[in-house]
Amino acid sequence: MSKINTNPDAAANTQAEINAEMAEVSRAYEAAGVVETQTRLNYPPYRSSILRSPTKSMLHPDPEGIEVYSPVFGHRDVDPLESNLTIVGNGDPLGEKMVVTGRVTDGEGRPVRNQLVEIWQANSAGRYVHKRDQHPAPLDPNFTGVGRCITDDEGNYRFTTIKPGPYPWRNHANAWRPAHIHFSLFGTDFTQRLVTQMYFPGDPLFALDPIFQSIVDPAARERLVATYDHDVTIPEVSTGYRWDIVLTGDRSTPLEADIEKDEEHA
Amino acid sequence: MSKLAPTPAQTVGPFFHYALPYDGDRDLIAPGTPGAVQFSGVVYDGTGAPVPDALVEIWQPDTEGNVVQEHGSLRRDGYTFTGFGRASTDRTGKFVFSTLRPGSMAEGRAPYFAVAVFARGLLNRCLTRAYLPGELAENDAFLTSVPAERRHTLMATEEGNRIVFDIRLQGEDETVFFGQ
Repeated sequence: MSKINTNPDAAANTQAEINAEMAEVSRAYEAAGVVETQTRLNYPPYRSSILRSPTKSMLHPDPEGIEVYSPVFGHRDVDPLESNLTIVGNGDPLGEKMVVTGRVTDGEGRPVRNQLVEIWQANSAGRYVHKRDQHPAPLDPNFTGVGRCITDDEGNYRFTTIKPGPYPWRNHANAWRPAHIHFSLFGTDFTQRLVTQMYFPGDPLFALDPIFQSIVDPAARERLVATYDHDVTIPEVSTGYRWDIVLTGDRSTPLEADIEKDEEHA
Repeated sequence: MSKLAPTPAQTVGPFFHYALPYDGDRDLIAPGTPGAVQFSGVVYDGTGAPVPDALVEIWQPDTEGNVVQEHGSLRRDGYTFTGFGRASTDRTGKFVFSTLRPGSMAEGRAPYFAVAVFARGLLNRCLTRAYLPGELAENDAFLTSVPAERRHTLMATEEGNRIVFDIRLQGEDETVFFGQ
């Protein structure tokens, strides 16, 4: 095989070539018969992961000291208005207004209370407010795509925003990301720290996207897809989506699949 | 009760710069304040090239080894030490914090910064520890359990009020990261 070009702007391969690589990883995963609940760190169809994924075995120390706590965030840190991404300009942002809500829990189903949830996303045209995003879709003067909130006593978060559009990137020729919202979460201990992405049901780009497919288990991938919820939809105002998030941490017993995956990386 | 399956991670991507950085994110204490130390380093990829679009977070106790549970990491008031900081790497892959030297949290344990690393191309955050050099580190139960040939990757260097800790995502001197 020729050397893979890892330049993030190379777009050196076709979608068909990337699809073939992803299909090969899926075949190998199914043949192995070991369930993986997490994202692969090294997923070569996502070219940027090749040189940035740790390859040596991870250690599993008991978290100690500072790691069994989390930073404390509260209403001094976050204004309640920051959970509404549609009020930053002088007018309404363009696109499908929506509410995204859900519950953050630990692996035992206990609510993660009073912790920070941060989101960022493209606008309805698929454009980020970022100088490196130069794709020719319009910026929206009434939308920055950034929000924060603190979970309530039941672990709930809630944002009012605009449905993001898909956008092109240069992992390969004609690469498009499925519409998604980036989420950053803190748990009750630092080892639960999670950054991930929420997707929308039925997106035709799922099968073509190496970042989404870097979660090789289909059931695990589904856990990143929100559900349309008509009870969250507000009459004549916005649609509604529900997405629940489960955090883990070192205080829980490691899953066997994670251990085996780490050994495989060694 | 059966355990709930964890939500998988995805990369932070290249476009977090409008969302995650904030005023005072890297200044846990105002630079130049008596007692302030500079905690810095460079994030490298598998070819040894610096990673200019990484995000590094630290979480640490105070100088006495106490966990601080104070609000205000996102809205610094200039006086409250909260123990949490966040810094984006610059074009040369460097991150810099102004903070306090963390203290030892328990008898015989070496002091360290808990560190989380995020980057485009890194599909899950990586957790590690930046240990301060000294006698405690030489006898720390965890550090001495790490294979000797990799132990140095968890050690910061300290000179005056500067503490330096480079992070290698891959390669011969790959930093020891902690799995879930």
